[in-house]
Amino acid sequence: MSLARHELVERLHNAHLTENGRQFRQKMTASHLTPYGTKYASETDVPKFKIPKEGAPADTVSQLIRDELDLDGKPNLNLASFVGTYMEPNAIQLMTENLSKNLADNDEYPAMMSLHERCVSILAHLWGAKKNEKAVGSATTGSSEAIHLGGLAMKRRWQEHRKAKGLDATQPNIIMGANAQVALEKFARYFDVEARILPVSKESKYRLDPELVRKNVDENTIGVFVIMGSTYTGHFEPEKTGIDIPIHVDAASGGFVAPFTHAQAGGSKWDFQLPRVKSINTSGHKYGLVYAGVGWIVWRDEAYLPQHLVFELHYLGGTEKSYTLNFSQPGTQVVAQYYNLIHLGFNGYREIMENCLRNARLLSKSLEASGWYTCVSDIHRRPCAAEGVLSGAKHAVLGEEGETSADYVAGLPVVSFRLTDEFKTEFPHIKQESVSLLLRVRQWIIPNYALPPAEDATEILRVVVRESMSLDLLDRLIADLVSVTQTLIDNDEVDLSILQKQKPAGDSRLHRDAMGKRLADGIHRSVC
Amino acid sequence: MVHLAKVPNDTEMQMGNLPEAVKKISLQLSNDEDSFTTSVYGSKFAAEDLPKHEMPDGEMPKEIAYRMIKDELSLDGNPMLNLASFVTTYMEEEAEKLMAESFSKNFIDYEEYPQSADIQNRCVSMIGRLFNAPTDHQEAGGAVGTSCVGSSEAIMLAVLAMKKRWKNKRVAAGKSADKPNIIMSSAVQVCWEKATRYFEVDEKLVYCTPDRFVIDPKETVDLVDENTIGICVILGTTYTGEYEDVKGVNDLLVERDLDIPIHVDAASGGFVAPFVVPDLEWDFRCEKVVSINVSGHKYGLVYPGVGWVVWRDAIYLPQELVFNINYLGADQSSFTLNFSKGASQVIGQYYQLIRLGKKGYRSIMSNLTRTADYLSEALTALGFVIMSKKSGEGLPLVAFRLPDTETERNYDEFALAHRLRARGWVVPAYTMAPHTNDLKMLRVVVREDFTKNRCDSLITDIRYCQQLLEQLDKDSIKRQEEFIRKHSMNSGQAKHNHPRFRKEKHSIQGKHGKTHSIC
Repeated sequence: MSLARHELVERLHNAHLTENGRQFRQKMTASHLTPYGTKYASETDVPKFKIPKEGAPADTVSQLIRDELDLDGKPNLNLASFVGTYMEPNAIQLMTENLSKNLADNDEYPAMMSLHERCVSILAHLWGAKKNEKAVGSATTGSSEAIHLGGLAMKRRWQEHRKAKGLDATQPNIIMGANAQVALEKFARYFDVEARILPVSKESKYRLDPELVRKNVDENTIGVFVIMGSTYTGHFEPEKTGIDIPIHVDAASGGFVAPFTHAQAGGSKWDFQLPRVKSINTSGHKYGLVYAGVGWIVWRDEAYLPQHLVFELHYLGGTEKSYTLNFSQPGTQVVAQYYNLIHLGFNGYREIMENCLRNARLLSKSLEASGWYTCVSDIHRRPCAAEGVLSGAKHAVLGEEGETSADYVAGLPVVSFRLTDEFKTEFPHIKQESVSLLLRVRQWIIPNYALPPAEDATEILRVVVRESMSLDLLDRLIADLVSVTQTLIDNDEVDLSILQKQKPAGDSRLHRDAMGKRLADGIHRSVC
Repeated sequence: MVHLAKVPNDTEMQMGNLPEAVKKISLQLSNDEDSFTTSVYGSKFAAEDLPKHEMPDGEMPKEIAYRMIKDELSLDGNPMLNLASFVTTYMEEEAEKLMAESFSKNFIDYEEYPQSADIQNRCVSMIGRLFNAPTDHQEAGGAVGTSCVGSSEAIMLAVLAMKKRWKNKRVAAGKSADKPNIIMSSAVQVCWEKATRYFEVDEKLVYCTPDRFVIDPKETVDLVDENTIGICVILGTTYTGEYEDVKGVNDLLVERDLDIPIHVDAASGGFVAPFVVPDLEWDFRCEKVVSINVSGHKYGLVYPGVGWVVWRDAIYLPQELVFNINYLGADQSSFTLNFSKGASQVIGQYYQLIRLGKKGYRSIMSNLTRTADYLSEALTALGFVIMSKKSGEGLPLVAFRLPDTETERNYDEFALAHRLRARGWVVPAYTMAPHTNDLKMLRVVVREDFTKNRCDSLITDIRYCQQLLEQLDKDSIKRQEEFIRKHSMNSGQAKHNHPRFRKEKHSIQGKHGKTHSIC
């Protein structure tokens, strides 16, 4: 998690305390009428750096923390993140009830383990596991852990392979596109594997280029990470490479979208139907519609999970296998995942995903209709040459009636857009970044990214359309986007860069060159 | 405002105001397909199997899905009677509520949830200071730390940091850097073995002996060579709860002028020792200790999902392992194996820290120590041999075994554990770390919610079970044990374990028969 630095300067919060106040404070005891009647209400700072000597009443502490957390953003207006921000009250209740359960303690919580098992099985089936293969899988904290596990299994298998042949096994490499999420690069760094990061370009639709993959594969390649639904533009990647190297599909966002939508993955196969796909991971907390803290990984067959990596725990005569980086971890998200799977069913998920895509299309079309923006994402475009002139014309006219995502290019419900070239020539003073900054003032979080290296001259604004982005909210968003852009047009040369330079509260250190290099080497990071 | 209303007579009530023709239409709704009924158990789902392997096509009403899953989960054990685990099973309602309110927050999303991130930073600061992290040298960067999912992640991060730092040093000196090793006790928790396996570090084990269940400082330091990335010292082994001699190892390293970092695995002891035995020097007061991990979800008194790791100084954390998330202009560095995760547990930890204060933690830990002492005394009176320490010299747990006898006993510790299981108690039996003559033991972890009252019921039940076992002959004990294993224990019935991964031979457990203890 984020690294915290010790606050070194002792805060001089005693300075404002008068002698009277000090005495008054001493008189205050733990008894109080309301949280705001205790010493923390005014005289005393809430402890920040040192564990206080004396405690405080439960309601006071919880109220204080709650008040402080009000400063966090509103999850629903955060359009940067894929992570689920809505669950039904029943699901929340179920999660609260199971908050104390430890996923690692299978002997104590056998019923929870069986739900876990069912989730893995359901996912394996969803991704087309073959009948004659024995799929294995596990819940993880998120897709990052799943990616580490998937990569490690590939590395170990490659090592075993090489050692059996008596070949050198010290220079492993792995291939991924520059549009990869940071977790993939992290895997390479932490597990000593050379990351071969291939550039993506407009020609490859900001996706991994099979031709480049073919050129970069060698005998030391442990595998290829392919992304199902890039976090930048939401494009699905073409997964056919034609070389016999194991593929791990990072379907963090797409694993719960492609199987349900009418569009599928745009006609191309991506899951276990392709023999080279050995393992797939997904985030339950993205389009799996669960709150943060659950991911999944499934291997198509147990053979792809080297035995060497699996640990057995003997426990009162029973045994449990484990292959995780975390041990004790909450199990409540797994329960919630099962709830969603059986509560929504296939149709329920399909409806939600279709709704998301429909709203994303609406947003894209509205943006393009404004003439100011053009979309980098393709989900609102019809697949070219897929239809004859006649049916194409029919669609153009009848369009909206009963159409589904199948009528459009397949992808995640993500809208990436940028200012049109005409707009830029007409209003050269407007920085795209300003749109993002001004929207932030209206509480919307819409990030402005540079595309992956080699294409990093292009900046995009990105909106992730989640389940909770209803038509009504979308309407407000479009209105705000338009009004913000209009404001920028109307006002020449506003310098908004100061908004960006804000420091986190309490940070008075000198600003270092953090903002200097927008894109360092390697992979650009986007939140997902 | 008074409206007079006519009370309709019976015929009027039946006929209502509808025209005659409409009344004749009788709706014939099929309720076969209708999944909505007034009660959960009256629905078709109550008479059907829950979907297990494939997603159902249709939806299920939310009340029903909720109730079905809740019912299913009622088969889980009772956490109160689970004396095997260190993991917290009780939190105050206010804390629970606060955590539930934060479910939807993604902890990694620093830009969106800056306050949650700030709360983490405060926890790190408090925990760092609790462990006496040096706070005076501002120039070098000072102590750093981070929250994790649990101690496993914390340990992996610490191992990774030690390995990278050693590697950088070796490469700079122009020496080979492909045979790193780490020194640790053979009583380590399984995640240490995982860490060494996954990050390809050789493990050098310091073995326990039949009368010493912790590492011997001299033996430990003797194992050091140029490829040693660090030494792991455990503050509270999972078997006997004994604290290993951090200061001893530290002093020997200083004496021999060896530049080897120590990582203290204080998963369980980190929130006990500072309160119960504040004078014990095991933390950053020892100069060779560079990093410490602790589980928030053990004696930190938070529900599962939070651990902490703190480094003495930023220089012990190689730059290349830290990833910066640069997002909307804000820069947050992170070192984690996970990315998105819930923020609830970190908030729960901050709640506990300021709610309880040092005083609160101290009184809880003192109570636990008292209860553990009481249990030890009672078990000694029952004739057991106590293997754990008393009066705060170790974790508040009681490890005990049957006394050595001249004649062969009909039952062993495992049989006793099984009998207790039949009465609902989960008291695990273990085979000790290798080289201890296959010593077997039972272990009771005294957690916050294990009161003296409950302790008394446990003692009574242990006595009953023992008496029962003494009356039985060897064969019937064996049969009974088999029966209990098959029918009242959950892991014995587990079908989800893959046959391929059964009986692995690569861990200390596989090689020596040591059991990994749950923690």
